[in-house]
Amino acid sequence: MNKKTLNKDSMQVLKRLLVYIFKGYKLRCFGVVIFIAISSLANVVGTIFIKNLIDNYIAPYLNQGQVDFLPLLKAIIVMASIYLLGVFSTFMYSRIMIVVSQGTLKRFRDDMFAHMETLPISYFDTHPHGEIMSLYTNDTDTLRQMISQSIPQLLSSIITIISVFISMIVLSIPLTILAIIMIIVMLYVGRFIGGKSAVNFKKQQEALGKINGYIEEMMEGQKVVKVFCYEEEAKQKFAKLNEALFESANNANKYANIIMPVMGNLGYINYVLTALIGASLAIYGVGGFTIGGLAAFLQLTRIFNQPVSQVSQQLNSIIMALAGAERLFTLLDEKPEVDEGYVTLVNVTESDKGELTEVKERTGIWAFKHPHSDGTVTYTKLLGDVVFDKVDFGYTDEKIVLHDIELYAKPGQKIAFVGSTGAGKTTITNLINRFYDIQDGKIRYDGININKIKKDDLRRSLGIVLQDTHLFTGTVADNIRYGKLEATDEEVYAAAKLANADQFIKHLPDGYNTMLTSDGANLSQGQRQLLAIARAAIANPPVLILDEATSSIDTRTEALVQEGMDKLMEGRTVFVIAHRLSTIKNSDVIMVLERGRIIERGNHDTLIKQRGKYYQLYTGGLELE
Amino acid sequence: MLQKLLQHIGEYKKDTIITPILVIFEVVMEIIIPLLMAKIVDVGLANGDMNYVVKVGGAMLLAAFLALYFGIAAGKTAAKASTGYSKNIRKAMYDQIQTFSFSNIDKFSTSGLVTRLTTDVTNVQNAYQMCIRVLVRAPIMLIMSLVMSFYINAKIALIFLVAIIFLGTILYFIMTRAHTYFRQVFHKYDDLNASVQETLTGIRVVKAYVREDYEINKFHNASTSVYKGFVSAEKILLLNTPSMQFTIYACNLLISWFGAHLILNSSMKTGELMSLFTYTSSILMSLMLVSMVFVMVVMSKASVERIYEVLDEESNLKNTETPIFEVPNGSIEFKNVDFSYGKDKNKLVLEKINIKINEGETIGIIGGTGSAKSSLVQLIPRLYDATSGTVEVGGINVKEYDMDTLRNEVSMVLQKNVLFSGTIKENLRWGNKYATDEEIIKACEQAQANEFIETFPDGYDTYIEQGGTNVSGGQKQRLCIARALLKKPKILIFDDSTSAVDTKTDANIRKALREGIPNTTKIIIAQRISSIEDADKIIVIHDGKINGFGTHHELLETNVIYQEVYESQMKGVGREDE
Repeated sequence: MNKKTLNKDSMQVLKRLLVYIFKGYKLRCFGVVIFIAISSLANVVGTIFIKNLIDNYIAPYLNQGQVDFLPLLKAIIVMASIYLLGVFSTFMYSRIMIVVSQGTLKRFRDDMFAHMETLPISYFDTHPHGEIMSLYTNDTDTLRQMISQSIPQLLSSIITIISVFISMIVLSIPLTILAIIMIIVMLYVGRFIGGKSAVNFKKQQEALGKINGYIEEMMEGQKVVKVFCYEEEAKQKFAKLNEALFESANNANKYANIIMPVMGNLGYINYVLTALIGASLAIYGVGGFTIGGLAAFLQLTRIFNQPVSQVSQQLNSIIMALAGAERLFTLLDEKPEVDEGYVTLVNVTESDKGELTEVKERTGIWAFKHPHSDGTVTYTKLLGDVVFDKVDFGYTDEKIVLHDIELYAKPGQKIAFVGSTGAGKTTITNLINRFYDIQDGKIRYDGININKIKKDDLRRSLGIVLQDTHLFTGTVADNIRYGKLEATDEEVYAAAKLANADQFIKHLPDGYNTMLTSDGANLSQGQRQLLAIARAAIANPPVLILDEATSSIDTRTEALVQEGMDKLMEGRTVFVIAHRLSTIKNSDVIMVLERGRIIERGNHDTLIKQRGKYYQLYTGGLELE
Repeated sequence: MLQKLLQHIGEYKKDTIITPILVIFEVVMEIIIPLLMAKIVDVGLANGDMNYVVKVGGAMLLAAFLALYFGIAAGKTAAKASTGYSKNIRKAMYDQIQTFSFSNIDKFSTSGLVTRLTTDVTNVQNAYQMCIRVLVRAPIMLIMSLVMSFYINAKIALIFLVAIIFLGTILYFIMTRAHTYFRQVFHKYDDLNASVQETLTGIRVVKAYVREDYEINKFHNASTSVYKGFVSAEKILLLNTPSMQFTIYACNLLISWFGAHLILNSSMKTGELMSLFTYTSSILMSLMLVSMVFVMVVMSKASVERIYEVLDEESNLKNTETPIFEVPNGSIEFKNVDFSYGKDKNKLVLEKINIKINEGETIGIIGGTGSAKSSLVQLIPRLYDATSGTVEVGGINVKEYDMDTLRNEVSMVLQKNVLFSGTIKENLRWGNKYATDEEIIKACEQAQANEFIETFPDGYDTYIEQGGTNVSGGQKQRLCIARALLKKPKILIFDDSTSAVDTKTDANIRKALREGIPNTTKIIIAQRISSIEDADKIIVIHDGKINGFGTHHELLETNVIYQEVYESQMKGVGREDE
C-alpha cells in the first residue's frame, strides 16, 4: 500500500490534537459525544421502525377486512418523539461543535502568534516568511475543516456503524457476514483510491508551487521582460509549467472524483447481493427470516454504506490536516529565546552626591538594578558605555564569521563600521541587542556583562534604525509612538520635528492621522526613513544603532535624513553601519571590517594617512556596500 | 459574461459535453435500482419465485456495474474538462499579461496577479467541475426520483412536493444569509493574515522595541473578532443538517402512516413503500447539493470578476497597421511633449518638453525625486505613449515603428532592475539569444562585470538566485548593463543604473562605452554629478519641465538647481579639509 496512510507519527499528532481540543472544552467535548450518539441512534432506531411497520402493522392486517390503525398511530408518535430528539441532538452537537472548532482554531492562532513572538531572531532568519505564513493560512484552514467536519462525521460514522452492526446481527447473521466482507472490500478500495489521490494531490501542490514561484518572479520583472521583448520566451516557459500543473491536477482530481461513484456503487452492489441472498433466505424461511426483516436489513445496508464511504473519504482530508497540525505543533515546540538575565532597568533619582535611589515614576534617569548573590543590590547608572572583549561569533558553531572583535565605546561616542558586503558589519549590531548570542568573549554594557541583563531591558535601552524601514498598519502617529507607547501627542510632534519628518507629515492628507498600509507603501523611501528616525527618537535611548539604508534616495531627502540622524545622534553612544562614507567622517572611531575581522581602526584623518583599505574605499578605488 | 467564460474551454469541449451525459446515465442507473428492488420484494418474494428474484437481481447487479462504469468515466472526463479549462484560462491570462504595456502593469500588483493566476483560477476550476457534475446530477436525480415516486403513488408523492418547498425555502434562507456573513468574516480573516505578515517582516523592529506583548495583544483582538465572525456565520449554516434531518424524518413518518393505509387498501405494495423510503433521501439530498453548489458558484463569481479584470485589460499600446521595421539612426527628438500617467491633462508629469539629441551623443539627466526623469526616458522606447506631442527616434515618430523593432534598438537599463533565476550566461542572453561567448565576455568587460564574474568559482555559469539575492547591488547593476549592451542598440539608456557602483568603476564603464560603442546614443540618469559631468550635454529636470540644457560648465554658471546639487555633493568632500 502507499505510504500516505495513517502511520504511527500521525497517530501521535492526532492524539496530541485531540488532547489540545479537549483541554479547552472538556464539558463541551463530552456533550458533543453524547449528542452525536443520540443523533446517530435515532437514525438507526428509525430504520428498525420500518421493519416493525411492515412486520407488525402492515403484514398481519393484509387481506383482512377490519384494520385497527390505533397501534400504528401510537408507534408513529413514539417514533416521532425519538426523531425529534435526534434532530434536537444534531442541532446541539453542531452548535457546540462551532464553539469547539472555532475556539480551538482561535487558541491555535493565539498560541502560535504568542509563541512566535518569543522566538529568537535566528528562527525568522532561517525560515522563509512564506512558510511561516502558510501555517496561519493553509494549515489552519485544513485544520478548520478537519475539526468542524471530519471529526464529528467520523464520530457519528463510528457510532452509526456500531449500532447498525448490532441491529444487523440481531436481524440475520448470514447477511451480516456478507456485509462485513463487503465493508472490508470497500475500505480497501477506498484506501487505495484515496492513497492515489493523495499522492497526486501532493504532486499538484508541488506543480502549483513551481508555477507560483515562476509567476511571482516574472511579474516582478515584467517591465524587464517588456524592455527586452522577451514575451514569447516567457510565454513558452509558462506554457510548459502550466502543462505540468494540468497533468498533475488532472490526475489528482480524477482520483478524487471517482471515489464517490466507486464507493456509492459498491454500496449498491452490496445492496443487490443482500437482496438476493436475503430474498432466498426469506423465501425458504431460513432462521425465521421475514420480508419485514429483509426490508429493514436492506435499509440498514444503505445506512451502513454511507458512513463507510464517508470514512474513506474523510481519511484523506484527515491525513492532510494532520500533516498541517504537525507543522503547527512544530512551531509551538520551537525553543523560545532564553533569557537568564536578572539585571533589570529601573527609574532612579540621583542625589547631589551621585547616589541612586529607585523610584516608580518615570524620571528620565535610568539605572541597572543588579542583585548580588549575597542579597545586596547595587545600582549602575545607564550611560551607554559599550565594550566588546575578544568577541567571536558565528551563526553556527562551525562557521565563525566574526573574529576577535575588540571595541570600546565611551558614552556619547560615534563608532562607525565600514567594509564590503559580507564583511560582518550588520552582524555586529545583532550582537549588542542579543538578537544573536556570541560564541566566545564578552560584551559589557556600562560594565555589566550583557548576558546578565534582562533581554527586554537591554533592548529597551538601545535604539535601532534598520537598513530596511518597516512600518506598521496604523496612523503615522501610531508608528512614531511605537517607540514609546505612552507618549503624548506633543512628544510625538517633538520627535517628528527632531527627525525632520514633521514637514512632510503635515503635507499628508490627514497629517499625523494619515493611515499607513502595507509597510507604508504610500510613502517614499526617504519619508519612511524619517519616520523610523522619529520612532527611535521618541524612545530616547542612550545607545543607538544605525544601519544606513543602501537604496538611493535623492540628494534633497538624503540631506534631510542625514540632518535628522545627526540630531538624533547628539549625546548618545552611536554605532553606525555605513554604506556611504560621507556620513561617518566625523565619527570618533571608524572600524574597517574585512572577512569578519577589524583590519583598520582610527578616526578619518588617521585612516586617510594610513593609506590602507579605508583610503582606497574613500577615494573610490573599492566598492562599498 | 457566460459566453466569455465558455470561449476558453477550447479543446476540452468534448469532455465538457460528455461529462453531463455520462452523469445522466449514472443517475438513470441509480434510479432504476430501487425500482428493481421493489419488484423483487413485491413479485419475487410475494410469490416465492426464486427464479424471478435471481433474474431481477441480475438486472440490478448489471445496473450497479453500469452505474459504476459511468460514474468513473464521468469522474475522469470531469477532471480533464475542469483542469484543462483552468489551464486554458491561466494561459490566456498569462499571454494577455505579456501584451500589457507599462501603464497596464502599473495597475496590478505582483501579488495580485499571482493570486489571480493561482487561487482565483482554482476557484473557478472547482466551480466549473461542480457545474458539469453535481449541478447536472442533483437536479436530474431530484426530478427522476420525483417522477418515479409519482409513478409508484401520486398521492404519497405529494408529500415530497411539500417537503421540497419546505426544505428549499429554509436552505435558500440559510445560504443567502450565510453567504453575506462569510464574506464579511473572510475579509477580517485576510486582515488577520496581513497582520501576521507585517509582524514577520518587521520582527526586528518588534524585538528591538520590546513590543512583543503589544503585538500579541493586537493579534489577540484581531483573532477574537475573526472567531466571533466565524461563529456567527456558522451558527446560520449549522441549521442545515437538523432541518434536513427533520424533513427526511417527517417524510418517513408521513409515508409510513399513509403508506400503511394504502397498502391495507390494496392500492400499494410493500416493496413500493420501501422504494419510496429510498427516494426520500435521494430527493432531499439532491436538493441540499444543489443549494451548496449554488453557493459555491456564487462565491466563485468574485474570482471570475478578478480574472476578467486581467483578460479584459486591453493593452493601450498597439502597433500601427503598417509598422516600420527599421530604425535608421539613434537620434532622438521630443516635440512639445506632454505626459501624464492617467492621461489626465490636469495632472501632467511632463510638460512642454522639446529636446533634440543627435546620434552618438552622451546625454546626462539630473533632477530630484519625482521630477519625472524616468518618465522622460521611458517615452523613447515607447514604454508609455506621450499624452500629446511627438517623440521621434531616427526622425520617425515612435508610434510608427514595430514595437519590438524599436525596443531592440533602444536598450534600457531600468531603475528597478531584475535578474532572473538562472545562470549569469542565461541572464545575459536575454539581450541576445544567439550571443557567442566572446560577445558576452566583451559586453561584460565594457560593463566592468567580467572581473568579478571570473572570481566566482563557476564563472559565467554561476547560478543567480531569484531576485538576484546572491550578488551585491553593484554587481547586479553591472550585469544588467552588460545584458543591455548585448542588444547592440542604437540608443542606450541608463536609468540611475550605477548608483551602487563605486565612482571609479562608474567612470570606467563610461569610458568603455565612449570608446567601445561611439555611435550609440547614450542617455544617463544619475544622482551623482560625477556620473554625468563629462556628458556632451546635461538636461536638468525640475517638476516635469526642462530647467536647463547644456554642458557641465554652462550649467554650473547659469543653472541654479545644478549649482545647488553640485555644491551639496561637493560639501562632503570639502569637510575633509576643515
